[in-house]
Amino acid sequence: MGLPADLKSRFPLLQRTVHDQPIRYLDSANTSQKPQAVIDAMSRYYETINANVHRGSYEIAVQATDALENARAKIARFINAPDPREVVFTKNATEAMNLLARAWGSANLGAGDAMLISEMEHHANIVPWHMLAAERGIELRWIPVRPDGHLDLTELDRLIDGVKLVSVTAMSNVLGTLNDVRRLADAAHAHGALIAVDGSQFVPHRATDVQGMDIDFLAFTGHKLLGPTGIGVLWARSEILEAMPPFLGGGEMILSVTKEGFTTNEIPWKFEAGTPMVAEAVGLGAAVDFLTDLGMEAIQQHETELTAYTLRTLNERLGERITIHGPSEPGQRGAVFSFVLEAVHPHDIAQVLDQSGVCVRAGHHCAKPLLSTLGIPASTRASLYVYNDESDIDALAEALDACSDYFAL
Amino acid sequence: MSSLDDLYREVILDHYRSPRNRGELPAPPAVRTEGFNPLCGDEVVVYLQVNDEGTIDAIAIGGQGCSISQSSASMMSAAVKGKTVAEARQLIRAFKGLMSIHEGEIGGDGSEAEQGIAAEAETATVALGDLEALKGVVKFPVRIKCATLSWNTLDQALTEADSQD
Repeated sequence: MGLPADLKSRFPLLQRTVHDQPIRYLDSANTSQKPQAVIDAMSRYYETINANVHRGSYEIAVQATDALENARAKIARFINAPDPREVVFTKNATEAMNLLARAWGSANLGAGDAMLISEMEHHANIVPWHMLAAERGIELRWIPVRPDGHLDLTELDRLIDGVKLVSVTAMSNVLGTLNDVRRLADAAHAHGALIAVDGSQFVPHRATDVQGMDIDFLAFTGHKLLGPTGIGVLWARSEILEAMPPFLGGGEMILSVTKEGFTTNEIPWKFEAGTPMVAEAVGLGAAVDFLTDLGMEAIQQHETELTAYTLRTLNERLGERITIHGPSEPGQRGAVFSFVLEAVHPHDIAQVLDQSGVCVRAGHHCAKPLLSTLGIPASTRASLYVYNDESDIDALAEALDACSDYFAL
Repeated sequence: MSSLDDLYREVILDHYRSPRNRGELPAPPAVRTEGFNPLCGDEVVVYLQVNDEGTIDAIAIGGQGCSISQSSASMMSAAVKGKTVAEARQLIRAFKGLMSIHEGEIGGDGSEAEQGIAAEAETATVALGDLEALKGVVKFPVRIKCATLSWNTLDQALTEADSQD
């Protein structure tokens, strides 16, 4: 158990400096850095086997197709999906949620139907439903968030009654809260509803088992789990995908086209119109290999220890001056820390921290309903991953202390 | 943090800690306009009262945001109070010139650079006083929108006040 001590050295970007300081990258909930192995896998793809997939009969076209489909199989194993055909490649998690809303939603949700999301969702799991609601008059219900950062499930039975879909995040991108997905899945199924999970924050940081969670859909993105930008995944149970109408139309997603119409391809290609993101899929496959080699259990342990260290260090160093939102128990949260520093606006904090090489995000983190519930217009967020260590947290605490002094009245 | 001192000049921190003309005005007769920076959540509310002679005889500022947006709003309110609408518009152009000249230098788009050249002439003829302290913002391009937020909101308020007549 435990992560290799030289892990940081495998990430080329983390070797650079910012304003003559070593970079302290604390924005992995936004996007992660990439190990050399992922960068190399993508370069090797372009250098050796680049060709369009599912078309050519020549050697490299076959190799490119194999590379794409091997990546799909790796990702299926990574989330314990029973069948690689259940893994649909999308541009990112946002597109995956839109695919769900457009293809499944348009076939299954009509006027008067209800669905349930939570107040801690990212805009990607809110706006597609708002758009559908505006078109079709569906009712959007909200699971409230308690002040301690957990979902308030006391009214769950009432809220879930009669809904056709529950769509919730497995881990909050603002608070780090880990939700009890299995409990929500059981409740949804008991009421005859399906459950979709936004795994953008969860999948990179915890062992993911779609069968164990007993969910119906999972959306996540590649760039937050050490992979490239431009690739995400919608996983769904095969019988659901089979019954869904297509999303985008074009090449690749058809079996045949005539002047009268078309017939759709088999899953998953039915949902992958046009030339897919082959190099990105190869990169994501390499990222999944990298994480699997580290071990998701070891990653969880590392992040839980670092979470405890972060909470302790920031609270000791800054005391009354800092308020860290979200669950206070390290085991109940991911390594995402949204905080408010007394008398200093998040935008100013991020600016001052940048001078020390510390990269954090300031703003509403694409979760305005949640910030509104918490009663704060904006927060600063530090988020960690496999390559972070205690020295990064020490640098954060030091820079925050200096920032607080700088703006002190 | 010496390079930060270019951004956070003492006069900026002073206006941030003790904002001038903070509050609300009854609207009407005042006009009330809101400006948002959706990226960081900054929000400025401008209450503006223009008398029959076309002079700004009252202004109040609400909202919340970072030190740059809030101090710029405070300085803006102090600078335009008692000025005529025409003078206030001249000041807006001059201030935006102070920001956009440098936007052009750091690679802003062509149209803004051209506006910048026009505004540069304006800047030379209008005394900006304390507002000069915000000049350091241009070294931090992502913060320029924070500094100009209240000025764009004022611009909108002046237009609304005009249309009330």
